[in-house]
Amino acid sequence: MSRYTIRVGVTFGTMLLLLLTVGFGQSWSVCLSILNLCLISAIMAMGVNIQWGYAGLFNVGIMGFTALGGLSVVLISKDSVQEAVNAGGMKMLMALIIFSLSIVLSHYFYKRFKSKWMVSATLLAGYIITRYFYLDAAQSIEAINPAFSGYLGGLGLPVLLSWITGGLFAAAAAWLIGKISLGLRTDYLAIATLGISEIIIAIIKNEDWLSRGVKNITAIPRPVPYEIDLQQVDWFKEMVATVYAGRLDLLPVSEQASALTAYASDASIVLVKLCYSGLFIAVLLLIIFLASLALDSPWGRMIRAIRDNEIAASAMGKNVTKRHLQIFVIGSAIAGVSGAMLVTYNGQFTPGSYIPLRYTFLIWVMVIVGGSGNNLGSVVGGFLIWFLWIEAEPFGFWLADVSTSFLDKENSIRQHLLNNAQYIRLIFMGAVLLVVMRFSPDGILPETNKKL
Amino acid sequence: MTDILNAIVLLLNFVFLPGLSYGSQLALGALAVTLVYAILRFANFAQGDTMALSTVMTILLTWLLQHFGITLGFMPTALLALPLAIIGCLIYIMLVDTFVYRYYRRQKSKPITIVMASVGVMFVTGGIVRFVLGPDHHIFADGERFIITAREFKAMTGLAEGLAIKTSQFLTITIAILLVGFVFYFLQRTKTGKAMRAYADNEDLALLSGIEPHNIVRVTWILVAILTTIAGVLYGLDKGFMATSYHQLLLPTFAAVIVGGIGSPPGAIIGGFVISFSELILTYAYKKFFIYLLPEILQPDSLLQFLGTEYKFAVSFVILVIVLLLRPTGIFKGKVI
Repeated sequence: MSRYTIRVGVTFGTMLLLLLTVGFGQSWSVCLSILNLCLISAIMAMGVNIQWGYAGLFNVGIMGFTALGGLSVVLISKDSVQEAVNAGGMKMLMALIIFSLSIVLSHYFYKRFKSKWMVSATLLAGYIITRYFYLDAAQSIEAINPAFSGYLGGLGLPVLLSWITGGLFAAAAAWLIGKISLGLRTDYLAIATLGISEIIIAIIKNEDWLSRGVKNITAIPRPVPYEIDLQQVDWFKEMVATVYAGRLDLLPVSEQASALTAYASDASIVLVKLCYSGLFIAVLLLIIFLASLALDSPWGRMIRAIRDNEIAASAMGKNVTKRHLQIFVIGSAIAGVSGAMLVTYNGQFTPGSYIPLRYTFLIWVMVIVGGSGNNLGSVVGGFLIWFLWIEAEPFGFWLADVSTSFLDKENSIRQHLLNNAQYIRLIFMGAVLLVVMRFSPDGILPETNKKL
Repeated sequence: MTDILNAIVLLLNFVFLPGLSYGSQLALGALAVTLVYAILRFANFAQGDTMALSTVMTILLTWLLQHFGITLGFMPTALLALPLAIIGCLIYIMLVDTFVYRYYRRQKSKPITIVMASVGVMFVTGGIVRFVLGPDHHIFADGERFIITAREFKAMTGLAEGLAIKTSQFLTITIAILLVGFVFYFLQRTKTGKAMRAYADNEDLALLSGIEPHNIVRVTWILVAILTTIAGVLYGLDKGFMATSYHQLLLPTFAAVIVGGIGSPPGAIIGGFVISFSELILTYAYKKFFIYLLPEILQPDSLLQFLGTEYKFAVSFVILVIVLLLRPTGIFKGKVI
């Protein structure tokens, strides 16, 4: 066994052990929640790892791409709000058509006449007409029952479909950004992704007709059964009865029925989470499988050659910008898929919760700590950092509490520090990133095929 | 005639003056970013949060001074705290440089690796800022709020629209002019400034001519500390302090740098004003303006706004995209200081 294999074994063993500790120590429901979020984080980290580890592209806008994935869940799976569609659907469609028409037209003018003035005039006119229709449409849609809906709703299709469309949404945005900023200085891409992600978040926060904004969308359909339904089904009841038979027999007969219901409700929660875990693991394995196939192919060797020496690769006739664009789109699409999965799992879409710390920065820490350029590394990083993330908040409070314990309980400084203790994990995670980058740039699981 | 004057005053009050002061604040921040770009060769993502940190220092010192009853009369007390805050900011930046950037500089790492380190610094700095002052909005400007209030202006001129000049606007513009003048004099006339320009232009040749890189880096950080602190404090005096809004200054600042041409100080100044004026021109609602100018039949009933104010940073992004598409080197061909 090589040292690398031992390393993989040890890290995955530790992960399992940590999960089992939580499972036995706290509860299996908590353990599965952590596991599920770890799986989603691992997929997010893998998207970034493909961009950074295999092509050296720095994406500071992961948050935007995951949010697009989340939006796609809403647009695909929620039922449409018929009244709102009747009130403003046509006008909104009109605005969209005029907007796309003006872009197509200006593109045509640019190709045909090469006149910048004509292009700007078309775009400006298109924008003004679009805005006229759009304002009207948005107002009439948002006016309909604002407390409960006030938005267009979605298509009412199965929620699993939205995982794919989430990837497509993110890919489209990434293509646009990549097309503009790749091929120029390397840091332009970072700045452009920062910009697009802030704009995407602003759109989903402010366009109530599309996403209800900060009023949130709840009750998103599930790909797995509901706990309540499970508890009514016979096979499930029997299964619980057989599993808990030993414990039930110890109880007096009069209490057995109520105990069975309690066990059933616990078991249904665990089973639902297990279903989710199954789905997530399937997606994760599929992505790992595809990524390792791609990276061992001639295409993957080309990508690594480009990363290691762009000039040499382009001298060998490889189109560096095009390959970068491909990689960037693929990585962002994976981030979009994971964003859709997260919203599906949470069962709600909350635009206010998209903050760069959680959706961009944390993912970066996962990639760097896990080992950039190694897919298993992303899985490990996703797991460990999510675990730390959960534990870092109580740690921050503990630190603030202990360091000010000599002060009076009502002391204003102590109160203030305790109130702001949540920001300690911002500092903590930043420090983790800086330290790992500096002292162990390879991460926990280093890249295996570094040398070609 | 008065209608036309009213319309002009309206625009001066709501677009021109705010644009001038916001543009100056952006220009100072962009100048700091462009200096780091030119000398240290990376995009400093920590700029916005470092601005926030130095403003936090200023606010704390201001509170301390106010506690002891020391004020500057009609000027904001923050001006007294400013020099100390600059020193504090410089100490922080030098610590960061010693522990983070210096290693990558010696390793001759790729710029993108240093950018990533600066993102790490950004989050640590942002964390400290939020830990100390929290996410809330703080107003720390004291003294007279206005040099000329809208009412005084109306009484003076007899117009229906007032032109108010805020103390913070006046301070911003004066200080910005002085500071930019100083920086340009320093870069063009002094020996160290010339050495910095030589180093930015060609590192190897500069080393051959006996220019000490440590000194260059140190002087650069000193300039950055001065610019960052002053830009942050002026912005805070104008709009109040809030951690997130400082963080979000990053995008307009970068846009300003790229529009002007990366590494070009005059470009950063021009870029700052391009961004600030486009932002204000596109998000201002022109309804009242046209009510003054047009006959009653033609008067509009909608707001006549190109873009809602919640999308104001989309403006910097769009300008950024246009520049990247049409002229990636920026207005002044970038990469020379």
